[in-house]
Amino acid sequence: MAENGRLTGTFRVKSGMAQMLKGGVIMDVVDAEQAKIAEDSGAVAVMALERVPADIRADGGVARMSDPEMISGIQEAVSIPVMAKARIGHFVEAQVLEALEVDYIDESEVLTPADEKHHIDKAAFEIPFVCGATNLGEALRRIGEGAAMIRSKGEAGTGNVVEAVRHMRAIVGGIRRLSVLEEDELMSEAKELRAPYELVRWVAQNGRLPVVLFTAGGIATPSDAALMMQLGADGVFVGSGIFKSGDPALRARAIVKATTHFKDAKAVAEASRGLGEAMVGREMGDLKAEERLATRGW
Amino acid sequence: MVGNGDGPRIGILALQGDVREHAEILRRLGVEPVEVRTEGDLAGLAGVIVPGGESTTIGKMLVSSGLLDGLRGYFYRGGPVWGTCAGMVLAASATTGPRQPLLGVMNALVERNGFGRQVHSFEKDLDVEGFDAPFTGVFIRAPFFEDVGPGVEVLSEVEGKVVAARGENILVTAFHPELTDDTRFHEYFLEEVCGIERS
Repeated sequence: MAENGRLTGTFRVKSGMAQMLKGGVIMDVVDAEQAKIAEDSGAVAVMALERVPADIRADGGVARMSDPEMISGIQEAVSIPVMAKARIGHFVEAQVLEALEVDYIDESEVLTPADEKHHIDKAAFEIPFVCGATNLGEALRRIGEGAAMIRSKGEAGTGNVVEAVRHMRAIVGGIRRLSVLEEDELMSEAKELRAPYELVRWVAQNGRLPVVLFTAGGIATPSDAALMMQLGADGVFVGSGIFKSGDPALRARAIVKATTHFKDAKAVAEASRGLGEAMVGREMGDLKAEERLATRGW
Repeated sequence: MVGNGDGPRIGILALQGDVREHAEILRRLGVEPVEVRTEGDLAGLAGVIVPGGESTTIGKMLVSSGLLDGLRGYFYRGGPVWGTCAGMVLAASATTGPRQPLLGVMNALVERNGFGRQVHSFEKDLDVEGFDAPFTGVFIRAPFFEDVGPGVEVLSEVEGKVVAARGENILVTAFHPELTDDTRFHEYFLEEVCGIERS
């Protein structure tokens, strides 16, 4: 949209916003008080939602976009960016979040999908979107739909980092593989990846995604955050891991510190001291197939 | 990244934000970027860039890492500094919003997120003092200077709001030249602020 010579909603402005979040931690919060704790602890943004993933798992039922009242309350409480989640394919929830002027929309598998076949046409919005991905093809399909930021999905609400590691390795490994292919191998690769050819070619030439790549789903400790950063994440989403732990403010600061100094084992060790109870984790083998959130979306 | 060449080295504050984008442009201009995370990293630098990011987050990390005083010391000993977006907020001496840690090395009052939330972020072609042709400014939840004091030269405005300015050894831009392919602001910083002679 153009107004006063100002061009809004360009892809550069959308993806640029995520570039400003790099090296930072984005924290799930359910009210203004938690949002303040997150901001004071050094979060680069907060994700406003009614229930953290661990509670969504425990409660069951359909998980939807949060109450606008609650989102507005958080927007008023902090000066850092506020993100919020829409259900996969629920473009009206996305329209509502855009009307509320949240800074980023997460089209998220943590909520119950509204459409089993189609994701939101994200290019049609002025507001930027972040989407989850379990592998390179999925990441490029979302970018093809207009996502301006990608996060590895992991398995939200488990406090178990194993799926986040699997997905990050799949994405980064996929990128590495593309970068050694010959030009004439790329179309076949695009077919295998089920991803837009132009994006496959861009990744092959540049050796990275065209948007920022964060990680999410199961990060519970400073070491988890540093592990994901060393595996190639540009930054970290922490959901249940902070406010389901014994001392949220202390743990939040520690995860921020470990994310900044992820290559410095002494700093990570220092950040990990005396944090109290971490959230109780779930073993993947104990999850039933229908409890797996990462399989939502395609 | 550790400097080993003979050429000038420019530091980029690497606590959080778009560090790589600045580094890539510096390399294209034949200058070696150095990531700055501790006070010791400031030694021997010909200039320091404070990149885009979240100013509250970077401000807190400046305090906890001891770099707030370190960077101030670098600046007051004459070290050239360029702040983009969050860096412009941090450079200011005062903010209209809630209190937050600031370097306070520029005589100016800053309005954080002055142009609004992300949905209002924009690109706009700017007239810049000393530039022959317009420069495309990429503004992301950008600040502006509500007011500037003596010693601050305004380089560009958007609808009467200051979005680029400089002092003796400081440059600030509310927008992100590092998100464009246009290297003129980086060249301006290197040549006019850092005094680096480039062929």
